[in-house]
Amino acid sequence: MKIVPKVLVTKIGLDGHDRGSRVVAAHLRDAGMEVIYTPPWQAIDAVVKLAIEEDVDVIGISSLATDHRIVPKLMRALRDADVTGVAVIVGGIVPDADEAMLLDAGVARVFHPGASLDDIADYIRSIVPAMREARSVTWETWHE
Amino acid sequence: MNKPLDPATLAPESGFEQWQRQYAEQIGDDRACENRSGIAIKPLYTQDDRDASRRNTELGFPGQPPYTRGIYATMHRGRTWTQRQLIGLGTPSDYNARLLALIEQGTTAISLIPCNSVFRGYDMDEVDAELLGTCGVVVNSADHMAACLEGVDIGRTSCAMNDPSPFTLLAFLLAVAKRRGVPFASITGTSNQSDYLSHYVANHMFFRLALPGARRILTDHIAFCLRHVPRWNPLSVVGQHMQQAGATPAQAMAFTLATALQNADDCVARGLDPKTFLPRFTFFFDVSISFFEEIAKFRAGRRLWATLVRERYGVGDPRSLRFKFHAQTSGVDLTRQQPQNNIARVAVQAIAGIFGGLQSLHTDAYDEVLSCPTESGARIAVATQNILREEAHLTDVIDPLGGSYYVETLTDEMEEEIRRLLAIVQDAGGMYAAVESGLVQRMIGESARRFQAKVESGEQTIVGVNAYRLGESASDRPPVQTVDDGAIAAHLAAFAQWKAARSQAQVSASLDALARAANDAHANVFEQVVAAAGAGCTHGEICGTLRRELGFGHVQAIV
Repeated sequence: MKIVPKVLVTKIGLDGHDRGSRVVAAHLRDAGMEVIYTPPWQAIDAVVKLAIEEDVDVIGISSLATDHRIVPKLMRALRDADVTGVAVIVGGIVPDADEAMLLDAGVARVFHPGASLDDIADYIRSIVPAMREARSVTWETWHE
Repeated sequence: MNKPLDPATLAPESGFEQWQRQYAEQIGDDRACENRSGIAIKPLYTQDDRDASRRNTELGFPGQPPYTRGIYATMHRGRTWTQRQLIGLGTPSDYNARLLALIEQGTTAISLIPCNSVFRGYDMDEVDAELLGTCGVVVNSADHMAACLEGVDIGRTSCAMNDPSPFTLLAFLLAVAKRRGVPFASITGTSNQSDYLSHYVANHMFFRLALPGARRILTDHIAFCLRHVPRWNPLSVVGQHMQQAGATPAQAMAFTLATALQNADDCVARGLDPKTFLPRFTFFFDVSISFFEEIAKFRAGRRLWATLVRERYGVGDPRSLRFKFHAQTSGVDLTRQQPQNNIARVAVQAIAGIFGGLQSLHTDAYDEVLSCPTESGARIAVATQNILREEAHLTDVIDPLGGSYYVETLTDEMEEEIRRLLAIVQDAGGMYAAVESGLVQRMIGESARRFQAKVESGEQTIVGVNAYRLGESASDRPPVQTVDDGAIAAHLAAFAQWKAARSQAQVSASLDALARAANDAHANVFEQVVAAAGAGCTHGEICGTLRRELGFGHVQAIV
């Protein structure tokens, strides 16, 4: 059966520039994925809750104006909520030093300006099976 | 019987026909060209195109309605333009140091970009500390504003502040003026980002209050400024956000004109006289790298505005008809790949803005696609303007492209397209209704996707991104600007101390008066914002009170 990736596209923090998140969300949807899209300024707790409720494979965080600096807080909140099997990817203006900081914090991948939409979609498709696998293992462990 | 005559002998081929024939023979597979606004671009323009497209008026002269060639008789040969670089980073003292350095370097007017927390309507102690000062200066009180403007003669320096509704930064500036004994009547500048509609459509960062409250406070603010701060421009109608969000140049111009008409209608409904407020309307646009299209956009928009306000409000005074605009070079056109190339892009965008007849210009730093601009990046951006003006002599001749077959035809065609889009918005009930229903946001979203598809397919070249790529590593990229976390921590600590030491009774009384005004249709809310700012209330307290009384500014999720 063909896997339909489920992706949450959102923005946390203070900035409201949403051209990137809207264009990416629309592309992923048109590429056959199930996309949950939110307006900007989501609270970190709200993102964690939505990711759990919607059982998403990937959380895509769009950041133009330094909001990526609080992505480590999101990673901590996901761990605190025992969320596994959900990849966090970040797209936007992220300086090199901050990219290293994000990867250290557990972010799966950072996409920079100029990234192609197809590359983003291909990357998501490539990681979804592992995410499903990780979530089902957790599910079984939890039931044992 | 005579041989039939060769038609060529009868009617010799004209120069134009010869060109047509040779062009067809030599071009091979001709590519169809269209600009970002969807207008077909021909390989050559002649007097015939100009004659065919002209429906409007004679071209006229600079300083004469409808101002196709510029709003002033002297244009850039006279006072050139205001070099208004956007700055704002870190704490008020960081900001002040950068400001004084820019003034030293020749900046003739100042700008203030506050921190994202300020844009969202919060004080620094209400948000994640990681986000403070990273994109603008953290200004939460009249004292902070005083520190920002230390050593600056505010009675003689035009101040543009990115200051959306409820315009607390202007309120803080007025508090500083009062302390320094500077009369309000000598304060000049602009409330940038005062256009709540564009914030709701795009770049929601500035959108703080629900639409009805934002709408009301804008007209209160305009009424207050006309009366008490008469040289201040209370309204800057913003096309820049919409174009950065994906609107085509024609859409951006149409939606901006529609917004300005909406604001003017609202002012009239509040009982204000168009002759008093129209001279204080200003515009703010994006200028992309689509060179001739941008020039035509500005020429067409300027002409259309003069025509529309004359028809709609019956005004004839040149001050009411003049379309004064600030332009910012487009950040969306800049690339992270081979970032130094952005210096060339910014120069081309700036030339388009200058030839378009701008009154004020911000050139982006080449490194703003990597982070907030560094000081050296900002220096190059200022130098670019100086080079264009004084080395390249772009200001010697007024409207140097006026009369060009191409530019005049394109100006007419852009005007036609802008009118078509404007009619769509007017048919939907005007800009407020068209935005409330999501119509404008959808149109812009579609344009953003169409443009991205052209980039992805390679139809639109972006050097270094989808063509002419080089292997690059992090070490090729210039260093980025960072914020001093220690300075932010100290700023936070000082703020807490100052808040605790204030007269709490005075703060509560001011905020109560503000809440009462918000619920009284006859009161001027902005008057109470000014009073509260002077009485020691903070930005977050003022915004928080109005959010509570008038509703929070949520935006729609439209994909």
